[in-house]
Amino acid sequence: MPLSLSLGLAMALLAVGLHAIAASRRASCTRQVYGVSLAVCIILLGMALAHLLGGRTPITLTLPIGLPWLGAHFRLDALSAFFLIVVNLGGAVASLFALGYGQHEQAPERVLPFYPAFLAGMNLVLLADDAFTFLFVWEFMSLSSWVLVMAHHREPANARAGYLYLVMACFGTLALLLAFGLLAGPNGGYDFAAIRAAQVTPGAAALVLALALAGAGSKAGLVPLHVWLPLAHPAAPSHVSALMSGVMTKVAVYGFIRIAFDLLGEPAWWWGGLVLALGGITAVLGVLYALMQHDLKRLLAYHTVENIGIIFIGLGLALAFQTNHMYANAALALTAALFHILNHSLFKSLLFLGTGAVLTATGERDMERLGGLIHPMPWTALAFLIGAAAISALPPLNGFVSEWLTFQAILASPELPQWLLKFLVPAVGALLALSAALAATCFVKAFGITFLGRPRSPAAAGRENRSLFAGRVVCSSRALPASRHSARLGGGQPVAGGEHAQWQHPTDGAEQSTLVDAGAGGGCQSSYNGLLVLLFMAFSGIVAALLIHRFASAVAVPGLGLRLSRSQPRDPVHRRQLCPTDRRVFGSVVFQARERVFMPPPGDSRAARLEVELRDPVWERGYAPIVAAVVALSSRFNAFQYLTIRRYLSLVFGALVLLLLGMVLWR
Amino acid sequence: MLLTLLLAPLLTGFVRTIKARLLRRRGPTPLQPYRDLLKLLRKDVVLADSASWLFRVAPYLIFAAIWVAASLVPTFASGLPFSWTADLIAIVALLGTARFFLALAGLDVGTSFGGIGASREMMIASLAEPAMLMMVFTLSLLAGTTELSAVARFMLNADVGLRVSLALALLALVMVAIAENARIPVDNPATHLELTMVHEAMVLEYSGRHLALIELAASLKLLLYLSLTACIFAPWGMATAGAGFVDYLVGVVAYLAKLAAGGLLLALFETSIAKMRVFQVGEFLGAALMLGLLGTLLLFVSRSL
Repeated sequence: MPLSLSLGLAMALLAVGLHAIAASRRASCTRQVYGVSLAVCIILLGMALAHLLGGRTPITLTLPIGLPWLGAHFRLDALSAFFLIVVNLGGAVASLFALGYGQHEQAPERVLPFYPAFLAGMNLVLLADDAFTFLFVWEFMSLSSWVLVMAHHREPANARAGYLYLVMACFGTLALLLAFGLLAGPNGGYDFAAIRAAQVTPGAAALVLALALAGAGSKAGLVPLHVWLPLAHPAAPSHVSALMSGVMTKVAVYGFIRIAFDLLGEPAWWWGGLVLALGGITAVLGVLYALMQHDLKRLLAYHTVENIGIIFIGLGLALAFQTNHMYANAALALTAALFHILNHSLFKSLLFLGTGAVLTATGERDMERLGGLIHPMPWTALAFLIGAAAISALPPLNGFVSEWLTFQAILASPELPQWLLKFLVPAVGALLALSAALAATCFVKAFGITFLGRPRSPAAAGRENRSLFAGRVVCSSRALPASRHSARLGGGQPVAGGEHAQWQHPTDGAEQSTLVDAGAGGGCQSSYNGLLVLLFMAFSGIVAALLIHRFASAVAVPGLGLRLSRSQPRDPVHRRQLCPTDRRVFGSVVFQARERVFMPPPGDSRAARLEVELRDPVWERGYAPIVAAVVALSSRFNAFQYLTIRRYLSLVFGALVLLLLGMVLWR
Repeated sequence: MLLTLLLAPLLTGFVRTIKARLLRRRGPTPLQPYRDLLKLLRKDVVLADSASWLFRVAPYLIFAAIWVAASLVPTFASGLPFSWTADLIAIVALLGTARFFLALAGLDVGTSFGGIGASREMMIASLAEPAMLMMVFTLSLLAGTTELSAVARFMLNADVGLRVSLALALLALVMVAIAENARIPVDNPATHLELTMVHEAMVLEYSGRHLALIELAASLKLLLYLSLTACIFAPWGMATAGAGFVDYLVGVVAYLAKLAAGGLLLALFETSIAKMRVFQVGEFLGAALMLGLLGTLLLFVSRSL
């Protein structure tokens, strides 16, 4: 029943999308579309929670649509239910935000029909149980998000972003198609049940993993396939950016987990190492890129890349532990990854929605032109601050808990016998610690330059829009109570208090490690309780405030502060001035950052100019050669457009002769 | 909790007095920071026009985070009642919370000094925090847990002996402690010149009771790092759970002696070395990170190292 209900709700979303095609010019259409999306997301969320908390037996359903010999298989199991929670929580919050934000949309007919379709696509990917349905709804999800990216297509940057997104999405789907083809084997058993039962040779399994990493990883944002993310995510409207960054990347991770953990069977020892290494590199590169940005949305998009890296570190560790039959540690690593998925979707949505509010109020996305927004927009600033603190993994908020779990998983890994992993895991641990610290730096800069200080341009005097509150309030309130998820390890205690943590390891047939009896194997005896830390901090702060206000001077004297001259509206600290040391320390190695100063000759009253040049290593070494090769090849083949009719006929004749020859030789 | 709060200004005053004596000055008494704090509490707060609510709330948040972190470090006894609440990783991250809000407060008013201080502080932190986490990894791999009381008990009781990875961890911890507490050679806590400011630049705008809270928080941080070094690398004299009154007394005396020794060593080190350029701090802390990573790697590769 829950499965058919969810399918029905997805169809309802598509129906709303169709209705919006006809009715999008009417003023009430925005409210209708987003209201229905909100309602559907909440219902799906409740249903997924009920499935996860109740019996976790998988439910399957086969519909006679699609390919005639295959049908369409759907399945709801614990993994799908968890990801349904993630997707629909993000969807509900974005829809709530869009109830107010969508009123400011200039071209609603380009956004309204496709937003519910996008939501429906994401939900259906999580429920698909055979390769054809999976790929079909995966492409549907990509295309509907592409249309949303192209919503403001008159801006040239958006057109380029859409084009690159389309190319990368096609590449990803091609990789997944090949992966499923290899999994299905020569007999063509495309439904997942048949794939699980079939045995894949180790060579084919390795190829499938690489293809899955390429396909799902490109949609999630693994380096070096991340290049479309920072262009496409900012181009879409803000609530869609929140969904793409916070939720669609997680659907891609779901795809990878489904293939690597569920469909492939026993992993080889080096798979974990590969995923781990990729995750570590992605995490550090993502945050280094983010540090160099001054567009708020691009910064957030690069940050998503970093967090996807952290998630893949957890997944790699889980694969490595699973190879060595250390199921308790594998469950720990997988829990860390899954919890980070939930946390990241929450705080990334919060940050994108906050950026949307800033964009609505000021019309600016460039941090250099903002500043001092905490005064006209106090509530947005507070929500953004909570999001920034959560994403920097600061206790007592939720981002810290998933980092803590990942660190504990790393600390449990000296037991791994393979030497490559013994060297790789501590290096990746150092990369993870580095990326966490750099993330804090990045968000101090982002929040500080945007909201604090003094306004740097007239645009930064925007006023707050109260109707955009609700979504962000919900998101930020989700970030705080998650600190209640106390994590305990060892001695027969459950690892994390949240309900999603009791996901049973799928290949764990006889072990049934629901983490309750996992502790006997003598792992770390460590624990962390976020709620108590929050209480202690609140207690200390309040005691300090009370005592001090009793003994200290009565009143703060405002206005007698720094006598800043009123004729100096510009804030002297610009973004580029804010992290010159970071740029020198990290940028000169990774981005070949070069600074040039143009000083006018004495007597000339022009201002001096500081130019910073950064080069993107991934684009220059990876993509630019490919693009150049494609362009060169197509210029060569362009000659085929202008042949005479005799030449064309001889070409057709030559091709026919070759094919007949081939057929003869093959027989 | 109260013990750390009361001892922190005394430790700072002690270090200042020793430094003065080494420089052939008489210097203030070790009790001077208490008088400074009381004086600051009684002064009016002067706020800039562009300061926001974050500026006023931040000192309390910073103080609360550092106080909680300092209370979680065992001082004279290893069985703290709430030690299972937060472990070493959480202590490091709580210090990160305090630093996050301090940097934001520095950016709040919108002057150049605050911005420069905040950017330098975050650059130092982006290398110091991973180095500290690597050190935590080394210790936890040896002790089998990240909970600090259990680590202290392990170092006290078990047959640890001399290990290369522990030596590397100690070196990394000392380097990180110097950087995090804004001591020479990374930052000069005594002057207010722009060239030498990191921590002082961020709190330049603060006055009155806010400044008192931030100064107290900085002293608490120094006490935290010294207690951490003492409890892990020199745990002798610490009372274990279930000990008698005499053992606790011995523990307190041992703790005070360790703090005094640590303060003396810090003062000696600070007077014998010059401050380095800001851009060289990256190399200094990168070395600390490499040492910590090496310690962890050695423990991954072999259990006996």
